[in-house]
Amino acid sequence: MKKFLLALLFVPLTAFASEHGYLDKAPINLDDYASIQRGAKTFTNYCLSCHSANAMRYSRLEQVGLTEEQIKNNLLFATDKVGNIMSIAMPPADAKKWFGAAPPDLSVISRSRNPDWLYTYLRSFYLDDSRPTGWNNTVFDKVGMPHVLWSLQGKQILKAAPHGEHDAHAKPEFELVQAGSMTPAEYDATVADLVNYLTWMGEPAKMKRMELGIMVLIFLSIFFVLAYYMKKEFWKDIH
Amino acid sequence: MSAMKNLVGWIDDRFPLTANWKAHLSEYYAPKNFNFWYFFGSLALLVLVIQILTGIFLTMNYKPDAALAFMSVEYIMRDVEWGWLIRYMHSTGASMFFVVVYLHMFRGLIYGSYRKPRELIWVFGMMIYLALMAEAFMGYLLPWGQMSFWGAQVIISLFGAIPFVGDALSLWIRGDFVVSDATLNRFFAFHVIALPLVLVGLVAAHIIALHEVGSNNPEGIEIKKHKDPVTHIPLDGIPFHPYYSVKDIVGVVVFLMVFSAIVFFAPEFGGWFLEPDNFIPANPFKTPEHIVPLWYFTPFYAILRAVPDKFLGVVGMGAGVVIMFFLPWLDRSKVKSIRYRGTLYKSILTLFIISFIGLGYLGTQPATPVFTNIARVLSVIYFGFFIFMPWYTKIDKTKPVPERIPE
Amino acid sequence: MSNQQVDRSKRRFLVAATTAMGGVAGVAVLTPFVMSMLPSERAKAAGAPVEADIGKVEPGMLLAIEWQGKPVWIVNRTKETLATLAKIGDKLVDPNSDVPQQPAYCKNTDRSIKPEFLVVVGICTHLGCSPTFRPELAPADLGPDWVGGWFCPCHGSRYDLAARVYKNVPAPMNMEVPPYKYLTDTRIIVGVDQKGA
Repeated sequence: MKKFLLALLFVPLTAFASEHGYLDKAPINLDDYASIQRGAKTFTNYCLSCHSANAMRYSRLEQVGLTEEQIKNNLLFATDKVGNIMSIAMPPADAKKWFGAAPPDLSVISRSRNPDWLYTYLRSFYLDDSRPTGWNNTVFDKVGMPHVLWSLQGKQILKAAPHGEHDAHAKPEFELVQAGSMTPAEYDATVADLVNYLTWMGEPAKMKRMELGIMVLIFLSIFFVLAYYMKKEFWKDIH
Repeated sequence: MSAMKNLVGWIDDRFPLTANWKAHLSEYYAPKNFNFWYFFGSLALLVLVIQILTGIFLTMNYKPDAALAFMSVEYIMRDVEWGWLIRYMHSTGASMFFVVVYLHMFRGLIYGSYRKPRELIWVFGMMIYLALMAEAFMGYLLPWGQMSFWGAQVIISLFGAIPFVGDALSLWIRGDFVVSDATLNRFFAFHVIALPLVLVGLVAAHIIALHEVGSNNPEGIEIKKHKDPVTHIPLDGIPFHPYYSVKDIVGVVVFLMVFSAIVFFAPEFGGWFLEPDNFIPANPFKTPEHIVPLWYFTPFYAILRAVPDKFLGVVGMGAGVVIMFFLPWLDRSKVKSIRYRGTLYKSILTLFIISFIGLGYLGTQPATPVFTNIARVLSVIYFGFFIFMPWYTKIDKTKPVPERIPE
Repeated sequence: MSNQQVDRSKRRFLVAATTAMGGVAGVAVLTPFVMSMLPSERAKAAGAPVEADIGKVEPGMLLAIEWQGKPVWIVNRTKETLATLAKIGDKLVDPNSDVPQQPAYCKNTDRSIKPEFLVVVGICTHLGCSPTFRPELAPADLGPDWVGGWFCPCHGSRYDLAARVYKNVPAPMNMEVPPYKYLTDTRIIVGVDQKGA
C-alpha cells in the first residue's frame, strides 16, 4: 500500500512531458539573481512593447536584488511608478489586426509553455519567404510573431526541415546566413537569462515556497514522532 | 478547575454539551481493530475544513467576472500576502479530497460497510460523493483558464444529449449560448455557498447515521452483539476518545506531510492538479489540443467515450455513478468483510479495481481505436461487477465468521 | 481494561507535548490567513506617494487630491486667515497640536511647512465623514463667530482653517496632517517625509 502511494507521487511528474518534438534543456537557475536581472532588462527592452505582463509589478524585482532606483533608471520605460504593472499601451484589437492574434500576456507564459519550450523557441526562428513576416519557427510552425531578437542572433535558415520528416524529435539544423551583434554563445546566454526571468516571473513565490516547505516538513516530522509515541502509550491499554 | 466545572454545568443545563461529547467521542464505542483504511474518514473531514477555510479567504480576493477572473487568481498568487499558499492549499485540497474519498469508499467496499444496518450511511456517502463532484466541477471553472472553459463547455454539452429537453437544459445551465460570464457567476454562487451547505449537511447526516448504528470493522463483525452484562459496553469496543483520537492524530500528521510536500514542492503535480493549459486565459475561439477532465472524473469520462452513441454514452456515464448507490441491496453474501469471502468474489473484486483504475487511465489518454476497445472491455467489467453481484456473492464460498473479534 | 500499570506522567508529558505542537501548528497555519487580509501589493502601489502641483492654487482656494484612497486637501491661506488662526486658540481643543496628528515639522500654529499652504487629510476625527469646506466669514447657518474652516455635516463638528477642532463638538482631535515635502516651490509630494524630520 505504501509503495503504491509512493509510486502515485512520482509517476505523474512525467505525464505531461514534451509533446512538441525536440526541445533543448533550458539552464534555469532561480538563485541566479544576476541572470534574472539581465533577463528582466532584455524583457523590458524587447518584449514589453507588444507583450504585457499584467500580473507583474516592476517593484517585485526588488525581490531579486534590484533597488527602487535601479528599477527606475534601467527598466521603467513604459510607466512612471515602480509599483505599476508591466502593461502595454497597444490595444488588443489593433494587435490582432497587425499580428493575426493578439500577443499573449506573458505573466504566466512559463507555466503554460514550459521553460525548455521557451528557450528552444526563441532560438529557432528561421527565414521563410512563404510567411508574411518572413520568419518561421521549428517549435511553433507558422507562428505570427516575427523574430524580434534577429539583430542580436542574426538571420538563420533551416537546413533539414523537421516538419513532415519522419523523426520530429531530431534536433533541427540551422545555418547562420547573416551574423548578428552577438556570437551564438552570447545569444544563447541572453535567451537563457530571458527565459530564467520569465520562469521567475511565472511564479515569484516559488523560492519562498520551497524554503518554507522544508521547515514545514521538519516540523511535521517532529510532530509525527510525538504523536506516534502518544498513540503507542495510550494503546498499551488495549488488548 | 471548579470554575471550569461550573461553566460546563451552566452550559449543560442549557445545551447538551457533555451529553454530545460522550455520545460521539468519549463514550462512542468503536471496534478495537480499526486498521490503516480507517484513517480516511477523519481525513476527509479534515480536507473539508481545509477547503472551506481556504475557500473563504480566496473569495475575499477572487472576482467572479469573465473579464477579471483569470487575473484575479494571479493577483492572489502574487499581490495578496500569502495568497499563493492559500490558493495552492485549495487546489491541492481539491485533488486530495478525491484521493481520500476514493480510499474511504474502497474501505467501505472491501469490508462490507454498506451492508445492513449501514445502508443509509452508504447512501449518504454516495450523495456526498455526488455533491463533491458537482462542487469540484463548478470550482474548476472559476480560474477561467482554457481547461476551465472547455471542460465546462464539454460537460454542460453532455446534458444536450438528453432527448427533447437536452438543448434547452444546457442553455439553461449556461445562461448563455456558450459558457460565459453568466455561467461563471452562477457556478461561483453554487461553488461558494450552495454546495458547501449541502456538503456540510450531508456529512452531518453521514456521521449521525454512523453513530446510530455503530462502526463496522475489518472483520465485519457486529460488536454490539456481545456487550458487558453490567455496563452494556460492547466487549470488543473501545471509546473513540482517547484511543482513536490519538490514533487519528498520527494519521492527520502523516496526511499533512504528504499534503505539504505537494503544496510546497509540486503544486501542479506534473500537470495533474494544475494543468499547463489552465495558465492560458479562457478563449472561446480556440480549443486546446487535449481536453482532459481532472483525474478524478476520468473513469466516468472513459465510459462516456467507450459508448458509440452520444445519448447512451451520457447514460452510461451517469449509470456508472448511480449504480454504486445500490450496492447495499446487490450484495447477497452471508459475510461482510473480504477476510471471509471466497476466491470468486476476490477475483471479481480484483477485476473491478483493475477496470476502475484502467478506465481512469484511459480517460486521460487520446481516444485511439485500441484504447477505445480496451475501455469498452473495462466498462463491461465495471458494470458486470454490480449487475452480477446478487448472483456471484450468493454462490461464493465464504469462510465462517467468528463471534468475537479475534485477538 | 488495563492489567499493567499506566505510566501517568509519561502520558501527561506526551499529551502536553503534542498539544503544544498542535497549538504551534494552529498559530502557524492561521498567520498566513490573517496576513492575507492586510493591504495587498496592489493596494500598497495605489497608496504610493502622490505629487501635486500647487502653483495654481490661488489664495483662499482648496485643491483636493487622492492619497491612499483618502481625500487630501491643499489650501492656500491668506495673510488675514493666518493672523486669525493665531488669535482663536482659547476656543480650540488642541491649539498647539500637542496630540500627534501631524509630523513633527508641522507642529506649529498653522500646522504646515510653509504657513500659507495647509495640507491635511480631509477626514473628520469623529466618525470618518469628510467635512465641508466653509471659508466664508459669519454665514447665516454657522453663526456670527465663524471665521472660516470646515463643518462636518454628519454630527456638526467644526474645525478652523488649520484643521484644528473647536471645543464642544463631537470630534476629539484635530484632523490629520499627512507626511509631505516640497519638491520645488510649486510641487509637493504627499506620503513622503521632509528630509531631516
